[in-house]
Amino acid sequence: MTSLVVLIPVALGLGILGLAAFFWSLTSDQYDDLDGAAARILEADDIISPSSQS
Amino acid sequence: MSCCAGSLPAQLAAEQILNKENQLVQELRAQSRLLTDGSALYTVSIPAIHCGQCISTIERRLAQVEGIKSARANLSLKRATITLADGTQSPLKFVQALENAGFAVHTLDDETIISGDPEFKNLVRSLAVAGFATANIMLLSVAVWSGAGPATTEVFHYLSSIIAVPTVAYSGRPFFHSAAAALKHRRVNMDVPISLGVILATAMSLYESFLGGGHAYFDAAVSLLFFLLIGRTLDHLMRSKARDAVGRLARLSAKGGLVVLADGSLSYLPIEGIHPGMIVRVVAGERVPVDGIVFDGVSDVDRALVTGESAPTVVTKGSSLEAGILNLTGSIDIEVVREAKDSFLAEVLQMMQAAENGHGQYVRLADRVAKLYAPFVHVVALASFLGWMGATSGNWHEAITVAISVLIITCPCALGLAVPVAHVIAASRLSSIGVLMKDGSALERLAEIDSVAFDKTGTLTSNQATIGMNEIPSGKLSRIAKALALRSIHPAAQSLAGGISEQPYVGIKLLHEIPGFGVEGYVDGRLARLGRQSWASEVAANGQRQLAGGGLGFAWSRSSLYHVQLNEELRVGARETVQAFTDAQISNIILSGDSAIAVAKVAAIVGIVSVKFGLRPGDKLAYLKTQADLGRKALMVGDGLNDAPALAAAHVSMAPASASDTGRMAADFVFTSDNLMSVYNAYNIACRTQSIVKQNFGLAIAYNLLAVPLAVAGALNPLIAAIAMSSSSILVVGNSMRLYLAGRTDEKRSQSQSPIIVPNIWKKAA
Repeated sequence: MTSLVVLIPVALGLGILGLAAFFWSLTSDQYDDLDGAAARILEADDIISPSSQS
Repeated sequence: MSCCAGSLPAQLAAEQILNKENQLVQELRAQSRLLTDGSALYTVSIPAIHCGQCISTIERRLAQVEGIKSARANLSLKRATITLADGTQSPLKFVQALENAGFAVHTLDDETIISGDPEFKNLVRSLAVAGFATANIMLLSVAVWSGAGPATTEVFHYLSSIIAVPTVAYSGRPFFHSAAAALKHRRVNMDVPISLGVILATAMSLYESFLGGGHAYFDAAVSLLFFLLIGRTLDHLMRSKARDAVGRLARLSAKGGLVVLADGSLSYLPIEGIHPGMIVRVVAGERVPVDGIVFDGVSDVDRALVTGESAPTVVTKGSSLEAGILNLTGSIDIEVVREAKDSFLAEVLQMMQAAENGHGQYVRLADRVAKLYAPFVHVVALASFLGWMGATSGNWHEAITVAISVLIITCPCALGLAVPVAHVIAASRLSSIGVLMKDGSALERLAEIDSVAFDKTGTLTSNQATIGMNEIPSGKLSRIAKALALRSIHPAAQSLAGGISEQPYVGIKLLHEIPGFGVEGYVDGRLARLGRQSWASEVAANGQRQLAGGGLGFAWSRSSLYHVQLNEELRVGARETVQAFTDAQISNIILSGDSAIAVAKVAAIVGIVSVKFGLRPGDKLAYLKTQADLGRKALMVGDGLNDAPALAAAHVSMAPASASDTGRMAADFVFTSDNLMSVYNAYNIACRTQSIVKQNFGLAIAYNLLAVPLAVAGALNPLIAAIAMSSSSILVVGNSMRLYLAGRTDEKRSQSQSPIIVPNIWKKAA
């Protein structure tokens, strides 16, 4: 019984952590271009945007 | 027509490019969004993006353009978002940079697409929350089911309620909203029993957990939401994908025009800024933006998308032109006679909207089932409540528990999945044969049809003509003819150029196009002409000899006159499609705006007996309306602007991807394949889907017949509810999957790969 007091909050906490991570990835537009994300990983260099040059 | 720009005379091409750029820049500006820091956000459509290499090319090129703050290409949506540091700066620079890199830039069709799809994100969030809750509550419930002690059970019920209540409130919103909207209009849809079941299950479980200590149905309520949200999210994904795909097809209608000002200079104005009395210049290859009368210039115009006439006609001063007509050969100035909002196009759009309003009355199968199912369920619940009240002589708690458990077990989990899962699979089958579906109800309507109405030009026939008889001897003459033909974007000339395999003759002097007549040029100091027969024969040695059939004429001075006969080509698979529909006991008819002779020829070849010709847009609409009043369900297949009202009015409609924008907007399905057989294949898939959907309903109802007596008898417990609900959902999904397996092979393909020719239809041409 006592182990449940620890384990259940841990299990729920991890679940909520995962849910929060998913929400964050959704709001930061990471699912907007799934095909593009797959292709980008094969490109040799990161593309330098003009703002990072200046 | 931008692909043909290379073959146009230089000054025409330059004028066209200027016009295009003006138009693009204006439209892009209108769609851009100013950010708070003074920069401007542009979202542009780039249909040519197709690989990872494209992304890096685009982003690299844009990184070199001055004034760009950030740029990101999106491969899935085939678009790019570009931020300009200075909002007042013209987007022309990056447009040019992209076009130099080989990526044509287009504006997005729909404002809402730019701002993303909030409804979809909302659904995914609801789904994620429901998934999280389902997994955790199920884990807790398994412990309870397998015999946890009373203290543990109590704690687990509290925990479950803490997870379930916010989840139901959050993830249930799509269903609650839709149910509330339906009740407001005094209708019942599937969401009413769903919402009722979920809310009651949660409420009763709360009561039981905190006061009674009996059964808690949190797992059933939450997993129900989870399953149903999967169905709803898939449904939404399918529809937005189809909408995007349709929106990506290039837009045809002009959004503005080049207005000739009093001092003779040209200025590009958006369509709302063009008023009657103004003079608008329409260069070759452009579409007429507003209704008008030719004021100056001569040209050939292509009315195929507007009236359905297959052969181009010559217009001179005084001819009237409707918006949407394609100007082929010469630059013309037109005097505007009507505001854009009163134009022929607008008139057609109004007719289309009026016709669509009638369409909204179609009740989807799921809602028809819900109409019977919901009252039935509620009556059974009420009856068992009254029955138990009587049997237990007034034990409220017992009777309410049984009534609610009836509502929980009948909560239409499988019914809610029965339609969307089958439709999502059908949509993917359809897209594999090149058919895009706009929404699920269209699939249901397609399965019900009893007649098909075809438009002729552009639907039964392809828009391309082919050469029938060609008298031009091969060798130098043939090469000269090809060089002349390449000069024009007139469809007849393009067909001829495509039909001559030899290299074009190089070194023609003074090559130019005379609108309304043809192309001429000097070879070795002798005049060569290709075009109208009478005009070409003026330079021929054998005078006025004309062939009865008409067609194109070619002559090199002092040579004889050579004839080229042009044929209209049937769309691949047209004959097989008509045959297949006839075999399926579905009647065919042609509704065309073209002349009687042209229609009769096509009808005879494809094997359609009923024919109507010379129809105006209103006539087609009227015909379909009378059909609908007679209770007949017609599928309309058409492409033109003139078909748009009919497409909207028909029971269900299909348009080829080459159709006018208006036609594509009006149609329920768009097919991208050249083969007309995809119309019949789509019908086939629709029928199969419909039978799967009906089986699914049957399965869901059979499950209820088994489970309801248990609930009415008061023998239901949370374990049975959870098993029954999940298994019925899995059964329905599994049954829908059969759409993938069955019938992969029996899709009928067109046997004849060589196109069928309708001889000599272009009598008036050239």
